[in-house]
Amino acid sequence: MNPEVRDHYQAEFARIATRLPGAEVAWVRAARAAALVQFVALGFPTRQQEGWKYTSVTPIENSRFSLRPSAAPRVTAAQVAELALPGALLLVFVDGRHVPELSPLDLLPEGVRLTSVAEALARDPEPLRMLLEGAVGLEATGFAALNAAFLADGTCLYLAEDVVLDAPIQLLFLASEPGIATHCHNLIRAGTRSSAVVIEHHVGLGDEAYCTNCITDIALASGAQFTHHKLQQESAKAFHIAAVRVKQGQDSRFHSGSFALGGGLVRVDIHVSLDGEGAECVLDGLYLTSGRQHVDHHTCVDHAVPRGTSHEFYKGILDGASRAVFNGKVIVRPDAQQSDAFQTNCNLLLSEKAEIDTKPQLEIFADDVKCGHGATVGQLDPEQIFYLRSRGLDDAAARGLLTFAFAAEVIERMPQAALKQRLEALLRGRSPDAVKELL
Amino acid sequence: MLEIRNLHVSVDGKPVLNGIDLTIPAGEVHAIMGPNGSGKSTLAYVLAGREGYQVTAGEVRYQGSDLLALTPEARARAGVFLAFQYPVEIPGVANIYLLKAALNSVRKASGLAELDAMDFLALIRAKLKLMGMDEALLYRPVNQGFSGGEKKRNEILQMAVLEPKLAILDETDSGLDIDALKVVADGISSMRDAQRAIVLVTHYQRLLDYIVPDRVHVLSQGRIARSGGPELAKELERHGYGWIDAGRSSPMGEGP
Repeated sequence: MNPEVRDHYQAEFARIATRLPGAEVAWVRAARAAALVQFVALGFPTRQQEGWKYTSVTPIENSRFSLRPSAAPRVTAAQVAELALPGALLLVFVDGRHVPELSPLDLLPEGVRLTSVAEALARDPEPLRMLLEGAVGLEATGFAALNAAFLADGTCLYLAEDVVLDAPIQLLFLASEPGIATHCHNLIRAGTRSSAVVIEHHVGLGDEAYCTNCITDIALASGAQFTHHKLQQESAKAFHIAAVRVKQGQDSRFHSGSFALGGGLVRVDIHVSLDGEGAECVLDGLYLTSGRQHVDHHTCVDHAVPRGTSHEFYKGILDGASRAVFNGKVIVRPDAQQSDAFQTNCNLLLSEKAEIDTKPQLEIFADDVKCGHGATVGQLDPEQIFYLRSRGLDDAAARGLLTFAFAAEVIERMPQAALKQRLEALLRGRSPDAVKELL
Repeated sequence: MLEIRNLHVSVDGKPVLNGIDLTIPAGEVHAIMGPNGSGKSTLAYVLAGREGYQVTAGEVRYQGSDLLALTPEARARAGVFLAFQYPVEIPGVANIYLLKAALNSVRKASGLAELDAMDFLALIRAKLKLMGMDEALLYRPVNQGFSGGEKKRNEILQMAVLEPKLAILDETDSGLDIDALKVVADGISSMRDAQRAIVLVTHYQRLLDYIVPDRVHVLSQGRIARSGGPELAKELERHGYGWIDAGRSSPMGEGP
């Protein structure tokens, strides 16, 4: 690692460690210090590493982000109200720190515990010990180590057995201060047969560069049904590095949706381990890129035991000189007979300068399995455009409508009405005026 | 309504239409028949404004003005409608959205206000009934997963909603079973109107059993080889298209 980079992070750690949550707890301090050592050893990922071949994080390495916001949050209730999803339980984080005043949590149903990580570390840190000490595993990247060292906040959600939470939980992460890097970690455990929906929503409020490094860990007990949708609307110059790590018990069901609309340089890793028999996951995603955006999705589904199902459906619309990466890895281990894994990635290139690198990566070690993949890269279909024009729509409206429809196919798969409507509205907002009138 | 004079069209430099002359007055139904490759569909596409066709000579006047100078959407807004032989599937666009967008763009061009949701739905329901179509089809993506018959009905539904001045129906009868053919033919017949011209492009005579045309034109090798009344279609049915070519002084000297 470049010594200047190392010195920067070590200096930041020395400067703020005593003010980070859990600083008074010995094991927390030790875990952070260990993570920093690991970060220095690992460094930032480089393009020499297979998983980062198409994505350079040098701009992050070269930025000397401050690791702590300088001021108290300056976000108004009105700003929050505009972003809040109707009917959702809302937790608001500003620059990586939970803001209770902006998070008017109503009474939660029995069997649901929902707190910020900072609060959990202050009140009762012990239940988090295993999770945080083990946060940086063997396959961790420098970003995970950095997250563990500088962990500022996040969400702890615990669902007891058989608890069904109808209202979605919206975790709203607002970035207001330029030049800082924030590190949040969401820790979610869903008990046997429990059910809930979490919408992780990242929004940049300014237009300067900053960095979000966010991890979400989800553990599903047997029969649990869990939905994690991520709506990413970072600022155009923002860096967004995120990991979603899921462990699924027997017959559990997990639905992931990743909607990447913003950010300058974005990397999302979604890793699902099907650890219990009969577990099922659906991974949906949509990336809309323009200008010079770079958006990279790496998904990995690990079929470790028999009868697991994974269905993946990702679409991308690329404009300008933007670039997107989709790497869908599926591992079917020798014991994982009767696995059913399918993956689709479709891309629409609206500009000659846009570039997509799409790669299915199937590693199958069992023989009685059903696995498949398909990837497409293309432009709008001239036959469809002509058909619409022959019905009176002008060229721009026809193209806009077809582009909208291409994206809508993913949005329609979201069962949550509030999120679906929000996504449709965002998509409409990006459409040409001629299309807005139609929709 | 429509005047085609000496129309020559090439595709990739290869002549397909070699001097078409055709006049279709308002209020009439004309059938354009001909064997495969005679240029029927090319004529339909050129009138609708599809790309990929080079007009090398001649002109097309629609309501007195130059039709070929207009974009496809401008033609649609001026009242030209093409029912496609192979309607494309458009995943993600609900049928009802397309109907609404199409109707409003045509209405706007004629200086009419957009229909409100209630009036629009009432109109669509009436037309659906006419075509014997299920309302559920409105909410399915355009033509996606539709059977061949449903696609053709959907084209006629769009025509019924848009009420064009010039309707060109390209092989609308192909791929229909006898029941569907009757429904589609009834739908088309209901559109017969003194203000409207209808062009039926068809290979077979059977659609003309239900819709008796005012004039029949037979296309062969990119030219109109014969024109006549409805009896011409019957003769064709008896003798086949070879009869037309035999009647021409073909340089190849071929005939049945």
